[in-house]
Amino acid sequence: MVPEVTDQAPPAGARTVRERLTGLARWESALVVLLIAVVIFGGSLSSLFFSSYNLFTLCTNIGDLAIMALPMTLIILTGEIDLSVASILAISAETMGALISHGWSIGPIFVVVIAIGIVCGLINGLLVTRVGLPSLAVTIGTLTLFRGLANVILGPNTVSSFPAPFNTLGVNGFLGIAWLSWSVAIFLVLAVITAIVLRMTPFGRSLYAIGLSEEAAFHAGIRVKRIKLGLYVISGVVCALVGMLYAFELSSAGENIGIGFELQVVTIVLLGGVSIFGGRGTIIGVTLAAFVYAGLRSALLLGTSLNENDYQVVSGALLILSVLVPNAAALARRANDLFKLRARRQAGALSADTGG
Amino acid sequence: MAASDRSVEMSHPESDQKSGVTPVLAARNVSKSYGGVAALSDVTLELLAGEAHALIGENGAGKSTLVKLLGGVLLPDSGLLEVAGEPVVMAGPADARDRGIAVIYQEPTLFPDLTVAENVFIGRQPLRSGRRIDFRAMNRAVNEIFDRLGVRLDPDRIARGLSIAEQQLVEIAKSLSLEAKVVIMDEPTASLSSVEVERLFRVVQTLRSHGTAVLFISHRLEEAFELCQRVTVLRDGTFVMSRELAGLTADDLIRAMVGRDVLARQHSGGAHGQTVLKVDHLTREGVFLDVSFEVAAGEVVALAGLVGAGRTEVARAVFGIDRYDAGTVTVAGRELRRGSPSAAMAAGIALVPEDRRQQGLVMDMSVADNISLASLPNLRRRGLLFAGVERAFARDWATRLQVKYGRMGNPVSSLSGGNQQKVVLAKWLSRRPSVLIVDEPTRGIDIGTKSEVHKLLAELAAQGVAVLVISSELPEVLTLADRILVMREGRLVATLTQAEASEERIIAAGTGQSLDSGDAEVSAK
Repeated sequence: MVPEVTDQAPPAGARTVRERLTGLARWESALVVLLIAVVIFGGSLSSLFFSSYNLFTLCTNIGDLAIMALPMTLIILTGEIDLSVASILAISAETMGALISHGWSIGPIFVVVIAIGIVCGLINGLLVTRVGLPSLAVTIGTLTLFRGLANVILGPNTVSSFPAPFNTLGVNGFLGIAWLSWSVAIFLVLAVITAIVLRMTPFGRSLYAIGLSEEAAFHAGIRVKRIKLGLYVISGVVCALVGMLYAFELSSAGENIGIGFELQVVTIVLLGGVSIFGGRGTIIGVTLAAFVYAGLRSALLLGTSLNENDYQVVSGALLILSVLVPNAAALARRANDLFKLRARRQAGALSADTGG
Repeated sequence: MAASDRSVEMSHPESDQKSGVTPVLAARNVSKSYGGVAALSDVTLELLAGEAHALIGENGAGKSTLVKLLGGVLLPDSGLLEVAGEPVVMAGPADARDRGIAVIYQEPTLFPDLTVAENVFIGRQPLRSGRRIDFRAMNRAVNEIFDRLGVRLDPDRIARGLSIAEQQLVEIAKSLSLEAKVVIMDEPTASLSSVEVERLFRVVQTLRSHGTAVLFISHRLEEAFELCQRVTVLRDGTFVMSRELAGLTADDLIRAMVGRDVLARQHSGGAHGQTVLKVDHLTREGVFLDVSFEVAAGEVVALAGLVGAGRTEVARAVFGIDRYDAGTVTVAGRELRRGSPSAAMAAGIALVPEDRRQQGLVMDMSVADNISLASLPNLRRRGLLFAGVERAFARDWATRLQVKYGRMGNPVSSLSGGNQQKVVLAKWLSRRPSVLIVDEPTRGIDIGTKSEVHKLLAELAAQGVAVLVISSELPEVLTLADRILVMREGRLVATLTQAEASEERIIAAGTGQSLDSGDAEVSAK
């Protein structure tokens, strides 16, 4: 009798690896297909979709989120999370606003903003690594804390006069390319760097090890706590700088700037195929996810009667789907096993009859 | 068929001499493949009421697969399972349990925040009015079971912090409360101390006297001889033999398992080099106290003692996993920074930890990634890592250690225990350490691989590596070590040279008993 192949808990490796590799490849190819579908969908809904004005808007909408998604990816890879990213963005943007209204020039503000990023990152990172609190709780706390501080710093004012050339970042394209925003250009550069770091440096590779087994990583000499602390600081600095960039693009720094961004950033990262449990994911996936996310949003807002609030439904559904779909294979397998079990039960009863 | 011509002779009093007895549980000609690779082919096993039956074989021989089939975790591709002579199809672990089959794994998974009694009765706690759990009735029932087993354990105690031995007792109590007719124990003694093993054996005798069949899986043959009446041997997924243990010797079993003889290592006994590792007055409050020893280049030193004597903890402190309160660790004359594995690694120490699955390996990462994980900074070319360089490095070391793997990219979890341990060794040896600490290097791995590991450690010592071995297996300690340090309750209590060491002496020092009989024997030799 030819042994039948079942999918249950295979100890022999060839199959798992192939499954895993193709699983990964499939996720990213699915994103490519999805992106193409979104582009076609957008183009078919409205002729304006491909207009350089719309593409530029799309870019400005996604660039900042996408940049923040890069450090978020690294943090989620280690099995942690940082939900305070949008509040760090706010604290930086509103501090900048306050300082500009006091007549500061951009140079010193830049230094202050970086310092803010470092301090915010240290607060998150030290609470998570040294005190040992769960990052979800810590960063929900600092989400509120930093947001509150931001509003204390600026008060109810809105600052909207920024010095040239920064005041035109939200209107002019990158290096004269009309449809390409500065934020997306910066994102693409950072994404390439992050991808190289992740794949080709011991630091990047250790993130996967930490996410899959923190204890084994520690036993292999990886300085788990220091690395996590470093990631929170990197995230803080990046988000603080994005705060400046975003305020420039918006030509406005005021209350509620970037509110809710953290969940959009997490959505993009998870949609990109990064495992919420850590240890799996690629920058390519996250990059594709960012454009799928932005494209879908643009298409729906432009071509249908949906508004910004309605899109939250789509965004939420995407988040759930990106966590659900990778597990769908396991669910399907379970159903398949159940089916086989029934078949075997009948066969077993049969052979018992004939054999007895 | 090899399966059918066995003469079944049982120790159980009421049984017939011939095969007229219906086994309580039987697997008949079962086969199981994974992705085209046969893990088990045409294997037959019969368990009789009241017997303890040993299932032995090297890692990868198919023992675990057979256990999974019997426990309802997997379905056989072909062949039949019979419970009390009736062919059955197990619909899952719960179905197997309902049919009176209990499986106790090497490291049970209890609910840590529930009490012992709640763990025993999990999911079917006795209720009183208002659907509240009747704790009093539950504790009484659990106490009765423990009395029957002759063990003492507080039913009200929270499961967190129970030793593995105690957790197993909870699992056994659970199987008794379910009136299991078959108890399958998958390497239950692997992490037990000798005292705990004895208690477990008494419990198994009690189970047998109540007519329960026990399937006992162990790598320690002497345990099989001590506990079991019959034995089934598997090799490479096939059935080798199934017969009474009486009349067989350990060598017979080893030959049956491996298909060849296994040779022990000869001691070099040569001169050692300079002291490489120096541990001086190392103390960690409440864990170990004032531990001092040295290991020279080319020397193999063993840390012996009971589980919990503080051996592992000393090793962890030396490597920087845990902090210590006082004392120093010096490598080649330079004092180590406390609590930093990376500093210990930079100084040339490597630690092959006790828990392969949690600490030694990232189970979901590939064989190659695990081998290179501790060497990544050294593998950079122009500051970056290249897949080709890493693969070549990993393949080289996998070959040197004779790791049997499908592909370098396969997850390390797909390898057998022995090969996983070789991957851990490859990971550390590839750093070319000057001090190698191995904690239970052969736990849960098969006899063939075991002797390979022993040979490897001896070779490393011959190459001038200072080797510190922690092992609970005294034959292993005696085979390997040039010098044996015995720990008891966190203190170093004895140092024995290879010449004066014997199992009796090590046990005596480790348990604090008098040395009379042991001394007499040693001096008589």
